[in-house]
Amino acid sequence: MSSYLELTARQRIPAIFDPGSFEELLPPSARVVSPHLAQLDAPVSFDDGVVVGRGLLDGRVVFGAAQEGGFMGGAVGEVHGAKLVGMLRRAIDERAHAVLLLLESGGVRLHEANAGLIAVSEVMRAMLDARAADIPVVALVGGANGCFGGMGISARCANTVIMSEEGRLAMSGPEVIETANGVEEFDSRDRALVWRTTGGKHRYLLGDCQVLVPDDTAAFRAAAVQAIADIRAGSASLTLEGLLDEQAMLARRLLDTAGLADPVDVWRQLGVPDPGAVPMLEADAFMQLAAPYRAGGQR
Amino acid sequence: MNWQTLATQLFPGGHDIVERDNFLSGSAQVDGQTVAVIGTTEHVPIGIEIALAQAQAILETVQAHPGRPILILVDTQGQRLRHRDEMLGINSYMAHLGKCVDLARRRGHAVIGLVYDQALSGGFITSGLIASACYALPQATIRVMGLPAMARITKVPEERLTELARDNPVFAPGPENYLRMGGLHGIWADDLAARLVEALASCAMEDGRMALGLERGGRLLAQPVAEAVRTGGHVRPA
Repeated sequence: MSSYLELTARQRIPAIFDPGSFEELLPPSARVVSPHLAQLDAPVSFDDGVVVGRGLLDGRVVFGAAQEGGFMGGAVGEVHGAKLVGMLRRAIDERAHAVLLLLESGGVRLHEANAGLIAVSEVMRAMLDARAADIPVVALVGGANGCFGGMGISARCANTVIMSEEGRLAMSGPEVIETANGVEEFDSRDRALVWRTTGGKHRYLLGDCQVLVPDDTAAFRAAAVQAIADIRAGSASLTLEGLLDEQAMLARRLLDTAGLADPVDVWRQLGVPDPGAVPMLEADAFMQLAAPYRAGGQR
Repeated sequence: MNWQTLATQLFPGGHDIVERDNFLSGSAQVDGQTVAVIGTTEHVPIGIEIALAQAQAILETVQAHPGRPILILVDTQGQRLRHRDEMLGINSYMAHLGKCVDLARRRGHAVIGLVYDQALSGGFITSGLIASACYALPQATIRVMGLPAMARITKVPEERLTELARDNPVFAPGPENYLRMGGLHGIWADDLAARLVEALASCAMEDGRMALGLERGGRLLAQPVAEAVRTGGHVRPA
């Protein structure tokens, strides 16, 4: 086992793509940095916190990106977002087999506020452009910083979301909710509650993540290869039928969870036996237990 | 501006928009054609229910009225900041709304956003910002996050952020900054009905916001960076 969580973005790329195959586009040697950070005396990075490029995955040409959680939490600024958009557009130009997004991000980079917000919306549209060109887009979420804000929305614009138990996927971070509505609403220091609410197991059970894997690079890679094959067996594009199914799933979720306040109650409602034990299970044991009870996930 | 006044100015040909729990939906007559209207009012936070209601209205339009233009009226203080929304996956509800808008666009519906009061981050990114074109009224405010929460996360003192929010284009909430950065296609200062007709006529499929930001001088690096990655060229700062 080789932990995905503990790797940097630059270490994840060769662990997921075929060894030696990845060619970075606009690498750090190009010295393109954020034009907005200097005014806040914040440090810049020569890759602006994201690696983008083209490599091979199981022998096929797949475009990819990896966000670096160690630089401003992987948050999206003007340059970071433009690199993602450029990569997605090139994947369409070159009719890529698929696009893999190794997401680790707090969402909009607040230091670039307005420019970051527009950038994230451009990333979402570029992802959906790739899907409309019938190119599968697969998101991997397993980094220490999770996947939040606008990137939490973007992840769910992918065909498939693959998570580890340690990965977190949500919108507003617990600290933001606590700041806005108090510690009684969401205690950001209650790590167990944070994990129950945003972690991979909960997202899998709800149907918002399609595959849960152990925190292992080989497991992520194998799941990505399989997900791409599954998507390509059908179509990567959005369809009216698919969105009507998703509408029904999300509407059902609201009805089924009325009055429930804790994820454990939601798991119980789904029929999971001994829901209190879910957080302690290893990924494989969890998958065996959870598969029959999982709400239908839409792709 | 309240939504009734706005609707009166936008739709001299009449409308049947109704408001229910701060969610707006209905249709309106614009220059002889029927336009579907969805939106929110009273700066309501976008929680999972209202995101789903908007998605439902878009899917109904796609099914029942193929090709009918869609106008999204934006007034929100942002995504709802509650544990329950996060527990149930508000990001998925927002993404679903965004995907419904995208599907409508690809099926030939012109989709226009109009910020008529407030817009903030999560409530905006899958409404106005995912429309084919977004406009704002001059008094509109658009921001990413309230300054206290922003200060806590960035560790930049709130006083410094308040200072920046006064006139720095990246932080100030006025629509002019979004216009210059390409995030807005235009600001509608007068004759809203005529502006809407023009907007519907010029609505494009492609996302041209980076090019707009470069052309208007508000976002100089996005377009060159995206182009350099796409074509393998170099970034030449404008």
